[in-house]
Amino acid sequence: MRSRLIYLLPLGLFGVLAVYFAVGLTRDPKIIPSALIDKPAPEFVLPPIAGGTGGGFSTADLKRGRVSVVNVFASWCVPCRAEHPQINRLAGMGIVPVYGLNYKDAPEEALAWLNALGDGYTAVGADASGRVGIDWGVYGVPETFIVDGTGRIRFKHVGPIVGDALEREILPLIRHLQGGGR
Amino acid sequence: MTAELGHFAVILALFVAAVQATLPLIGAQRGDAQWMAVARPAALLQFLLVAVAFGCLTNLYVTSDFSVVNVAANSHTDKPLLYKISGVWGNHEGSMLLWVLILALFGSAVAAFGANLPPALRARVLAIQALIAVGFYLFILLTSNPFERLIPAPANGRDLNPLLQDPGLAFHPPMLYLGYVGFSMAFSFAIAALIEGRVDAAWARWVRPWTLAAWCFLTAGIGLGSWWAYYELGWGGWWYWDPVENASFMPWLAGTALLHSATVVEKRDTLKGWTVLLAIITFSMSLLGTFLVRSGVLTSVHAFATDPARGVFILVLLIIVIGGSLALYAWRGPQLVSAGLFQPISREGGLLFNNLVMATATAAVLLGTLYPLLLDAVGGGKVSVGPPFFNAVFIPLMLPMLAVMAVGPLLHWKRGDWRAAVQRLWPAMVAALAAAAGAWALVTDGPFLGPVGLALAAWLGVGTLVELAERLRLGRENLGRSLARLARQPRAAWGMTLAHLGLAVTIAGMTGAGAWVEESIQVMAPGDTVRLAGYEFRFDGARPTRGANYVATTGRFTVSRDGRAVVVLNPEKRVYNVSGQPTTEAGIETRLTGDLYAVVGDRGTTADGRPGFVTRLYFNPLVAWMWGGLMIMVAGGALSLTDRRHRVGAPARRGIAAQAAGAD
Repeated sequence: MRSRLIYLLPLGLFGVLAVYFAVGLTRDPKIIPSALIDKPAPEFVLPPIAGGTGGGFSTADLKRGRVSVVNVFASWCVPCRAEHPQINRLAGMGIVPVYGLNYKDAPEEALAWLNALGDGYTAVGADASGRVGIDWGVYGVPETFIVDGTGRIRFKHVGPIVGDALEREILPLIRHLQGGGR
Repeated sequence: MTAELGHFAVILALFVAAVQATLPLIGAQRGDAQWMAVARPAALLQFLLVAVAFGCLTNLYVTSDFSVVNVAANSHTDKPLLYKISGVWGNHEGSMLLWVLILALFGSAVAAFGANLPPALRARVLAIQALIAVGFYLFILLTSNPFERLIPAPANGRDLNPLLQDPGLAFHPPMLYLGYVGFSMAFSFAIAALIEGRVDAAWARWVRPWTLAAWCFLTAGIGLGSWWAYYELGWGGWWYWDPVENASFMPWLAGTALLHSATVVEKRDTLKGWTVLLAIITFSMSLLGTFLVRSGVLTSVHAFATDPARGVFILVLLIIVIGGSLALYAWRGPQLVSAGLFQPISREGGLLFNNLVMATATAAVLLGTLYPLLLDAVGGGKVSVGPPFFNAVFIPLMLPMLAVMAVGPLLHWKRGDWRAAVQRLWPAMVAALAAAAGAWALVTDGPFLGPVGLALAAWLGVGTLVELAERLRLGRENLGRSLARLARQPRAAWGMTLAHLGLAVTIAGMTGAGAWVEESIQVMAPGDTVRLAGYEFRFDGARPTRGANYVATTGRFTVSRDGRAVVVLNPEKRVYNVSGQPTTEAGIETRLTGDLYAVVGDRGTTADGRPGFVTRLYFNPLVAWMWGGLMIMVAGGALSLTDRRHRVGAPARRGIAAQAAGAD
């Protein structure tokens, strides 16, 4: 009897594997977590967009005890255009500073883009070379990060914030973090 | 019209395969010769039909018929003819068609050359082949039809991924598939044996050549792929442990184990259940490799779920084929009684050790490859394990195997004397110590594994030669008689010697390139010089150049050593016109001691503010040995295939079993 069981072992192992595959099939492959979640935001200093009026921002701005939002955008990025009204709406609520990380963009085009669509950002930093973006783990634009008061990244949204994403994901988390949530 | 013809041929092939999968199987069960006889013509007809379908798709690519979705998505009129043709299998749908083409090719080979197989075994083998084929035809027709029309047709296509527009990669998939699919033969023979409830020496002798052929193709395919990654990806690396590579490596490991255990079945009439299981596992790994990678579940985790129908179909097919065969194994496997007793210190003991290591290695690679998937399924988030895991698990497994590998062939069947074997290996021991000492003297600050790897390579290489000398009784008889023995050595024995020598050379190459690679990444302005591994790389600048369907920046490096010019390297950074995707073409000078390797990248500014280019320079010691060794291994396998006993075929079943037991 025991020797028979050994012959069943491969089948059993494969059965376990098949269940895993089946579960894997139901997963949404688009959810890719950031390795930086719950890690301190990378050290950086970004200059303002050349020729613009606002100031840039740096890691120090994210450590002022307030929850803040960092939105990665570029004028060449079509989905950014789609999400921009939501970003402006969030900024308009006045509950959190919203920083713009202008990723690999030409200054004049970025300024024209912000002029046309409205600039609600608290400050915009220009990351012309994409170097800071690498530290943030940016691999597609747009991306949006929520940083807590101590400067730790707590959430990353990949892709444009459209539909009810702002109400469903972003705002509850901001309120939670502002409410003293760890 | 061509597209419809191809589509129709696949549908017909499905029906032929359905007939081939059922009638001969029933016939074999009932002992009905006429029903069994259906198998051979059906297998040939099936091959003819798939060949027509494949020819149609190739024709659509060559004539750039963009009214077909597949062609429009993967081809372009400006593409060179070679890449129009390789575009046929450079995409999911076309590669599946290539898969069934090769499956049918192997089936027809059994039908055409399997005259010496017992009719029932042949009928069953062909039926199992057809059963696999039915699954694949359904997959193609229902989820991945390469002949789908696109109305209205676009003016031009979207071009093949530029990374794939390369001669190395044009032939890489067919090679790999000949390997993957070739293992289906071993699988079919294993299932047929389980149905018959009988595995004997004759069975092993029929299975071995098919497995060996598949193994040769797979080895060549993996070598080509690794070579391509080396010169095309531009990072100086040759193996990244990424899921695509692992998918081809797992069947290779399992197939290598199968080759060796089949020898034990043939010579000693034992280890039967294990060999059958290995045959099933090897082909299962091929299926897993083809599917999981093709559908992208592991690499990018993207394509799989974008088409849920495809994912579900794949899973069901895997469950039916792998689960079904393992269930059959659980049911019938215990009946495969092994005859011989087993001494741990013997030739078969050594082969079993090889099997254990190879099986463990397969399991380790499988675990590492699937770990991200497994963890994600239990909600552990998405991670990847990466090279550190594989290196930490794989290298310690391989070290003892290489050590034993030189000893094994010196042991006798049934009962070996390991002391005598090790004593005869003194030249190998001397060579190993010399290699380690030499490596230590040359590179004192390198990793510990460097000298160890070279020592093992020398141990295995010289040990293999010692074994050859033993077989020739070199030095114990006069030279003339030894030379006469040399001429009489069976080709299979030569094959083993060459394959083991090849592995020794490969290990030396891997060790050199892995342990002592030197690299330097910087921005260089024209005229700048970088010293690397004793060579001076002078950057002479870069200029724009133009190819058939791309524009490029071609850099020029003059490499010199001690003031004497050695070579001029011309790496390119190409940007393809249609997709706008950049690729790198490394400038490589291959030398026996190592490769000089240069890559030119984007424009940049040097530290002191001069405009220049980002350049990456490498010295990869001994790296060419790796591919040289792989070629020797393939040559060994091919030579073994031409051995007389494979051509003559196995005599009647009972006779050979007695003969094998008596031999050696």
